[in-house]
Amino acid sequence: MTETTHQPQTQEKAEGAIARFLRSTELDPRLIGMVGALLLIWVGFHFYGEIVLGDGSFLTPRNLWNLSVQTASIGIMATGMVLVIITRNIDLSVGSIVGVTGMYMGLMQVEWLPQYLGLGHPAIWIITAIFGLLLGALIGALQGGMIAYLAIPSFIVTLGGLLVWRGVAFLAADGRTISPVDTTFALIGGGPYGSIGSTGSWIVCAIASAGVIWLVLNGRKNRRLHGFPLRPVWAEWFMGILGCAIILIATLVVNSYPWPKGILKDYYGKLGQEVPEGAFIAHGYAIPVLILGVVAILMTILMTRTRFGRYVFAIGGNPEAAALSGINTRAMTVKIFTLMGALAGLAGVIASARLNSATNALGDLDELYVIASAVVGGTSLAGGVGTIYGAIIGALVLVSLQTGMVLIGFGDGSYRKIVIGAALVLAVYLDIIYRKRIK
Amino acid sequence: MSTNRGTPLVELRDISISFGGIKAVDKVTVDLYPGEVVGLLGHNGAGKSTLIKCLSGAYKADAGEILINGEKVDINSPRDARALNIETIYQTLALADNLDAASNLFLGREIVNSFGFVDETKMEAETRKIMARLNPNFRKFNVPVSALSGGQRQSVAIARAVYFNAKILIMDEPTAALGPHETQMVAELIEELKKQGLGIFLIEHDIHNVMKLCDRASVMKNGQLVGTVNVNEVTDDDILGMIIMGKKPAKAA
Ligand SMILES: Nc1ncnc2c1ncn2[C@@H]1O[C@H](COP(=O)(O)OP(=O)(O)OP(=O)(O)O)[C@@H](O)[C@H]1O
Ligand SMILES: [Mg+2]
Repeated sequence: MTETTHQPQTQEKAEGAIARFLRSTELDPRLIGMVGALLLIWVGFHFYGEIVLGDGSFLTPRNLWNLSVQTASIGIMATGMVLVIITRNIDLSVGSIVGVTGMYMGLMQVEWLPQYLGLGHPAIWIITAIFGLLLGALIGALQGGMIAYLAIPSFIVTLGGLLVWRGVAFLAADGRTISPVDTTFALIGGGPYGSIGSTGSWIVCAIASAGVIWLVLNGRKNRRLHGFPLRPVWAEWFMGILGCAIILIATLVVNSYPWPKGILKDYYGKLGQEVPEGAFIAHGYAIPVLILGVVAILMTILMTRTRFGRYVFAIGGNPEAAALSGINTRAMTVKIFTLMGALAGLAGVIASARLNSATNALGDLDELYVIASAVVGGTSLAGGVGTIYGAIIGALVLVSLQTGMVLIGFGDGSYRKIVIGAALVLAVYLDIIYRKRIK
Repeated sequence: MSTNRGTPLVELRDISISFGGIKAVDKVTVDLYPGEVVGLLGHNGAGKSTLIKCLSGAYKADAGEILINGEKVDINSPRDARALNIETIYQTLALADNLDAASNLFLGREIVNSFGFVDETKMEAETRKIMARLNPNFRKFNVPVSALSGGQRQSVAIARAVYFNAKILIMDEPTAALGPHETQMVAELIEELKKQGLGIFLIEHDIHNVMKLCDRASVMKNGQLVGTVNVNEVTDDDILGMIIMGKKPAKAA
């Protein structure tokens, strides 16, 4: 296949250093833009705090760790919303699905299962979590079925769902708040005990770095195998080192956020010891953040490496062509909404575990943040375009704005809403300009 | 170019289909033999595309039957048609604009590796091979097909129909967007596929291409079949007469 190797790019000479850098590394300029915006927001909040309040508290391990935990449930749902929006649909019901699954999981682990298994039985958390996922999936399948087979627009079906499931969440326990949840279940929400500590985090760091290196090497091997042009060696090194550096920095940050004194006392107290002088136990990665990481990897594989992912993009690009290619577009719609529902169920697990209780307001307005995350992350409402990593960065941007406003003393809901609403519109506007320019 | 050599490859018998009371195709019967090109002709809106969509699985006929090699078949979806080795180049090309050439070529039939993952590099390599045959100037392998010219998009659609070893090929105005050189290449491709024994339905407005490429021509008007003629027994004026007047020429009747 020698004739297919190098197709010399005629514009090579004319292109600038930045263009050459982008082409060699194959980095998506939009990704760089999003990460740049995120860093700008972080630095902005930090220095505003530093200068105006005399205390820059944004870029601290404590805040960044909290940020990661708060992003988890929105981020998980945003990965599913990407598929929904790519196929030209919308799901307004995810916040209410969080509420209804959270509520029934609360009832299950606090009021139903302990009757049969006994309080604190080790199987309670897993049965409850699986139940929550399945309930979410079932609701998603029901809505997807109506969209696909009854041809009711997804906007209407899920707007109905938004109201219906919130109502069901209230009726499930007559508006009561159910707490506390099972102690093992609560770990899924994060917190000092719901984190994997310093050693665990270093192991995660090592595995993730190995994964990055494997990706780079394997990509190169594959291209060589088929005689495609290879990326320059420096670009491969750059990508490998960049990936590992980000993982390393994240690990350093979560490992330098210590357990607070109260938790230390509680921990050593349970061991029957005094808190040693200068005791330092790091949080490390929180469990919900690891769940988000795993979901992100699996969803990325699903979207970029499987037929299912291809079909999602094809349906978004041209539903008629997808159908003519033998893709069962209706079944795909049901599957996508089922997946979305299951992810909302998973977010329900994390949200109720983190709150250590189930309330009927759980997940309220989440649908807006989730949709905004996907859209800020570059998912096009016109369909056909979107990435998983984009949605997660989008979620990070929105949650950063939210927590940043609180940190600098604008925690009052109204300011937050104004800023986030404006940021959403601005982000989409910038994306439109960008897309026009590359055309 | 004699007709009636044993069992036809395809028989569409008395196919009817209507949209909201309008009969788009009305009791049309056409057939196709191996190694033969049958032209489908008619004015805009005559029902040509609709007829072949019943064969390609895009539509389900309201009435009539489809026989492949003399056996009645049920085609309920494009998947069924593909399973019967029927490949189609649609007039609209049916490409997903946001995907690249290789993804479109293999859409619905992706090459997967032993883990069940889509083998993107293999698909691109195969795409490069077939495009080298069909359109050697084609270079745009790594961009969405929305960035291609009309003719380049058409080559992708043609490549998709040819790649999977069809036995029955449906081409709905395959050269509408092509330049003279590319059109010539498609003409050569049709000749070659014909030699390999494929049967081809060719929808084509250019009467010269019809005279050059087709063995028989079936003319439709307002959803009905005007008639089928052996191309070497009539003149292009005869065929034009059929298309415009909706009448079979006296000598061929
Ligand atoms: N999906 C549809 N819904 C409603 N009417 C349709 C549909 N598809 C085709 N028709 C109608 O059926 C008739 C035949 O259309 P068809 O596309 O088969 O024409 P054609 O012979 O292919 O014309 P052209 O040469 O312009 O491609 C037209 O009157 C058209 O308006
Ligand atoms: Mg047509």
